[in-house]
Amino acid sequence: MSLWEYANPKKFMQTSGAVLPWVAGLAAICLGTGLIWGFFFTPDDYRQGSTVRIIYLHVPAAMMAINAWAMMLVASLIWLIRRHHVSALAARAAAPVGLTFTLIALATGALWGAPMWGTWWEWDPRLTSFLILALFYLGYIALWQAVENPDTAADLTSILCMVGSVFAVLSRYAVNFWNQGLHQGASLSLDQRENISNVFWLPLVISIAGFVALFVTLVLLRTRTEIRARRLSALIARERLA
Amino acid sequence: MIALLIRDLKLAFRSGGGFGLGLAFFLLVAVLVPLGVGPQGGTLARIAPGILWIGALLACLLSLDRIFALDFEDGTLEILIPSPLPLEGAVAVKALAHWLTTGLPLAVAAPVLAVLLHLPASGLPWLVASLAIGTPALSMIGAFGAALTVGVKRGGLLLSLLVLPLYVPSLIFGAEVVRRGAEGMAVGTPLAFLAAITLGSAASLPFAAAAALRMSLRQG
Repeated sequence: MSLWEYANPKKFMQTSGAVLPWVAGLAAICLGTGLIWGFFFTPDDYRQGSTVRIIYLHVPAAMMAINAWAMMLVASLIWLIRRHHVSALAARAAAPVGLTFTLIALATGALWGAPMWGTWWEWDPRLTSFLILALFYLGYIALWQAVENPDTAADLTSILCMVGSVFAVLSRYAVNFWNQGLHQGASLSLDQRENISNVFWLPLVISIAGFVALFVTLVLLRTRTEIRARRLSALIARERLA
Repeated sequence: MIALLIRDLKLAFRSGGGFGLGLAFFLLVAVLVPLGVGPQGGTLARIAPGILWIGALLACLLSLDRIFALDFEDGTLEILIPSPLPLEGAVAVKALAHWLTTGLPLAVAAPVLAVLLHLPASGLPWLVASLAIGTPALSMIGAFGAALTVGVKRGGLLLSLLVLPLYVPSLIFGAEVVRRGAEGMAVGTPLAFLAAITLGSAASLPFAAAAALRMSLRQG
């Protein structure tokens, strides 16, 4: 029993079909609990008032936006090294989801920035690097759509993902250098003394778990769709030959 | 390798368009910005480093698709693959030829345009230095982008969407060098970062670009 068994599309379809409802249920439960708890049953922050509740959407979306790219990077590497089609399709499936999370993080951040910082947008390092991340997602998705041969598209996007990762990290630190910004630092780390209060922490962790489960659900679902689409086009091609 | 370089340079000079076009575009950007922003010297001087760098970026972008597209169409690329020169080397040479015909002239012409934009004289040497050091990275990254899109029909727009985000670090450090130079501050750190990006891309991107080229050509 090895992990690579799931590289077989048939095996992947069986397993993912069985797992999918559970992950979807987990996502629904966690998101429901985390968001409802966070939105209605937490006290107001003493300085931010009730706008602090945006955190339950903003932070998980931002975390998943970055993690989605990391997942695409791993899937691309697997495709380049072991040439498993499922892996390439999973990377393709994850990109629009990651882009959506990036946009959610940017939009909620703007909504939060308007009352708190007095501005919708600021050329702050974190904000800027997220905007650049959104551009990377756009380019990646556009390249997938532009190349006709699916294997070539998978190859080229994998390389773009690898090079893009390096440049995304570079940009992240380059903008740091350029402007120090308004965004607060990390306040969820386990090893720091100044962290977010427990009242806010628990629902936040639950909604982060919910976002992770949501991401897994969407990627599985979209990968299954991609596999079916691939089978369909194979069938059509076979019909045409016969 | 040298033969390929000379061939590419000759083609760039003789076919017209590519070589002068980038420069003319750079000039136009530098002329249009004051028309749009207004002629106040203070404002212009403040935004000049950014404008000149963005102009250089876009001028570079203009001629990127020429790096591989013409050779792809007439089949030269397919001959280059089995040739004794590794494809990585060919890619590097083509990026070098692109830089010699766009980046280098831009760096030389930039001081004239900087005067138009009222950039303080103390910034001029740093402007030339930052462009000379930073634009090779633009050519190399651009060659990588061009390799990705070589098989795509009407890939020009896609190419800019792929390449421009990759230009972000160079743009930030390059403009920062000029700004600090103009204000008389120390420029060592951003200049070192700029050089690091150029050297890093020159060392690693030919491999990525060559791999992308092989993949694009295999489908044909």
